Amino acid sequence: MNGLLVVWESRDVFLWGAANTLSLVLGCLLLSIPIGILGAVVLTEAPDPLRRLFAEAVDLLRCVPFLLLAYVVYYGLPELGLRLDPWWAGLMSLTVYTTAYLAEIFRAAFRAVAPDNIEAAHAFGLSRSLIYRRIILPQVAITAAPVIGNQVITTIRDSALLMIITVQELTFAANFVSANHFTPFAPFAAAVGLYLLMSFVVEAGVRRMERVRKGRYG
Amino acid sequence: MTWPAIRTILDGAVVTAALAAVSILLSLPLGLLLALLREGRIPGVPALLAAFVSLVRATPFVTLVLFVYFVLPAAGLELEPVPAAIVALTLNTAAFSSEIWRSALVTFPRDQREAAAAFGMSERATFIRIVFPQIWRANLGPLVSEVTILLKCTPAVAVIGVVEITRAAGRIGAETYEPLPPFLVATLIYTALIATLVRGQRVVERRIARRFGLARP
Repeated sequence: MNGLLVVWESRDVFLWGAANTLSLVLGCLLLSIPIGILGAVVLTEAPDPLRRLFAEAVDLLRCVPFLLLAYVVYYGLPELGLRLDPWWAGLMSLTVYTTAYLAEIFRAAFRAVAPDNIEAAHAFGLSRSLIYRRIILPQVAITAAPVIGNQVITTIRDSALLMIITVQELTFAANFVSANHFTPFAPFAAAVGLYLLMSFVVEAGVRRMERVRKGRYG
Repeated sequence: MTWPAIRTILDGAVVTAALAAVSILLSLPLGLLLALLREGRIPGVPALLAAFVSLVRATPFVTLVLFVYFVLPAAGLELEPVPAAIVALTLNTAAFSSEIWRSALVTFPRDQREAAAAFGMSERATFIRIVFPQIWRANLGPLVSEVTILLKCTPAVAVIGVVEITRAAGRIGAETYEPLPPFLVATLIYTALIATLVRGQRVVERRIARRFGLARP
């Protein structure tokens, strides 16, 4: 039980790591959900050359491994004269990457909204932006919740890769403690436990949305 | 970048491709096996597998790699970096693909199973002759997506010292003090690999469509 003791004694490191993981993921979601929605609007509404360009960019980003994107952002920005510390470089790469996926998710969800809803809104003379705000987005928030939940879990998983560009997140903490105390099992088990906890919270949120959906649409 | 540097990264690409190929060949059948066991009737097994899948689903891949590499030796199973990488990749993709296989098994038309049973086919024969040929074709898309995710996971095995594309690029960056060009080349190679896979999927889908009509059952 030596390992558990080690984890308990280095709880500060773990809490700091978990706080960094959480702040990265939350910051990323706060940025990438609105940008993803805007991107999806461009993907559905924009005239053809622009739309095609956007779709290609999104597809390209979805072909790149996240770690490589993080490396390119981390090492590339200084070349452009922008020096960021690892946390900010991590947040930026996580946001760009997640936004590409979310834009695709929202685009699919927009298309799944029943066309008669939109036609009815047109018939009532609602403006385009009002249709998005009042008709499409509220439905999308409910119907796309499971897919968005999956994406949030993926983002939590991806954030662990940022340890490689020396962001001090949860996996970094586990690795640090395990290397310093030569007890691999307990630190990694603790990290996995904390990740599980985060994913349970996300899944609980999705279930809650599911209940709302059942209540409204049967 | 010099030619030897590019050669080093290309050598890394061979390692990445080999790692991915071995892990795909191991993990997709293992995922199918997990799905079958989870739908099976052995008491306790479905619950255990469900727990395993949600554990892997929540664990970041790097954490899984570090876990396999550092923790299994403590349990008496010493693994070199490359086998450890294959084990981690296989566990990860098996867990995710088992969900794809499972949803295919659950939604498989019941009448076909009943018809096979009425013809006196054993459960095994039904699976091999009726169910499997249809579900792999119908789920080619999700399975290929899973494989592209596997490829996108491979850079994480660089942390335990496997010299694949990312690690090779990192080395060159450290030698030349210019990390950006090798990482851009590495990104290009990954993109090409993944785009090739997706293109391959489209070709196979077209062939299936030509031979069997629609690709869906």
